[in-house]
Amino acid sequence: MAKIIFIEHSGTTHEVEAKSGLSVMEAAVKNNVPGIDADCGGACACATCHVYVDAAWLDKTGKPSAMEESMLDFAENVESNSRLSCQIKVSDALDGLTVRLPESQH
Amino acid sequence: MTGDPEVMSTDAPDLTGRVVIVGAGHAGGTVAALLRQYGWTGRITLIGEEPLPPYQRPPLSKAWLKGEADGDSLALRPPSFYTEQSITLRLSTGVAGINVAARMVTLDSGEAVAWDHLILAVGAAARKLSAPGAELDGVLELRTAADAEQLKRALGPGKRLAVIGGGYVGLEAAASARALGAEAVVIEREPRVLARVACPELSGFFQAYHAAQGVGFEVNAQVLGFAGDHGRVTGVLLGDGRTLPCDAALVGIGALPHESLARLAGCACNHGIVVDEAARTSVPGIYAIGDCTQRPLPLYGLSGRLESVPNALEQAKQAAAHLCGRPAPAPETPWFWSDQYDLKLQIAGLPYHAVTRVIRGDPAQAKFAVFHLDADNRVQAVEAVNAPPEFMAGRQLVGNRKPVAPEKLRDMSVSMKEVAA
Repeated sequence: MAKIIFIEHSGTTHEVEAKSGLSVMEAAVKNNVPGIDADCGGACACATCHVYVDAAWLDKTGKPSAMEESMLDFAENVESNSRLSCQIKVSDALDGLTVRLPESQH
Repeated sequence: MTGDPEVMSTDAPDLTGRVVIVGAGHAGGTVAALLRQYGWTGRITLIGEEPLPPYQRPPLSKAWLKGEADGDSLALRPPSFYTEQSITLRLSTGVAGINVAARMVTLDSGEAVAWDHLILAVGAAARKLSAPGAELDGVLELRTAADAEQLKRALGPGKRLAVIGGGYVGLEAAASARALGAEAVVIEREPRVLARVACPELSGFFQAYHAAQGVGFEVNAQVLGFAGDHGRVTGVLLGDGRTLPCDAALVGIGALPHESLARLAGCACNHGIVVDEAARTSVPGIYAIGDCTQRPLPLYGLSGRLESVPNALEQAKQAAAHLCGRPAPAPETPWFWSDQYDLKLQIAGLPYHAVTRVIRGDPAQAKFAVFHLDADNRVQAVEAVNAPPEFMAGRQLVGNRKPVAPEKLRDMSVSMKEVAA
């Protein structure tokens, strides 16, 4: 289990408990966090689960795959800490992970 | 006009009414969740015929069938979600009728449930093949989790699957069957697979790719019926007199929208329940969303019926926003995806007004995209295989209708960023 903190563009914060092995996107959807639509259900096909990973967590969440990178290339409001949350797996090591949602997903 | 100053001074929407959602699929489950996200405080009842809370259907022919996803990951939300959000789930429950005047739905049990707002998210049913033997055990369809369980049991090393219909469901099932060590043959009435849903280049590519993975094909083929033994299918009878032996036959020949409830309620239907851009049917107080609708496609100045998760989600947003008095969401570019083997197919747009096709990349390397352009070189649709930049840029171009230069599009040394600029 890990606690994941989602911060909406408006500043509203959602703290959810997520099972290890789920993706960060699934943790958001299962807890009704607004702004993560995840049209494709986690197939890395749509970029509707875009988040900004807090600087402190960038190392632990790892690097995006080539597929994810090319999806991000064309997403809106992309920053250097942008990730697709369907591609980040929850683990104990990510307990406390904080991600922010882009303006385009509010 | 009542002249009541309190009534006149407030534009705040009334979020307290009783919402009944018929159909607990992806669309129904999503609109219930969105209504709560948007502040709806009234009673929400979600009625589904299947025994399961809302789940994702796309993995049923893909990751789930191959054993790469479990039931928990299929579920859209955990069961506790509905209690926490005060959403009343009525599962294994059929709806027999709608009384518009009394604002009630009647359940199969005879019980009546009252609504102030009704949302039909009733989906579509697999089209049946009317052929002798279609009732045999082992003649399957793939729409629900229960269907997928049956199909999964029929697959495995040495088993033979006959797939009738070379559409996406059929091809995905064939790919999953091969991954599980089963043999698969696809039987298609048209001269090519994906005939109604993809361009000839894409059809040719997919057929060749599947063939290289050991899938057999019978195109231009007529299915006369099924052979059986002790009530179980043993083969597919073809129009040319041959019988293709099989242990199971999957019929994947399209879907028909569930219209009967809506028709009884007086909602206009035309190849789907007709809705507007706020997902309203022709009957006040009744909305319809998802696979069952005939919906406006503002990008193309047409209407159509789309069977896809993005469509279900878009219409769930439209209905929830309209009910909650929020601004209407911006129209989205329709899109679809399919996973087969290591191929990721992503499609954006619909080629209604397309007159030419431009191919970018190399099908031989399983990495290419087909762009469909109209007479003014505006992208109407893009079909991208293992080509996310082409898909993402193409989706933008479909939405913003900017003309492109075909010679740049064809030239891989020009990046998609530049083409789309």
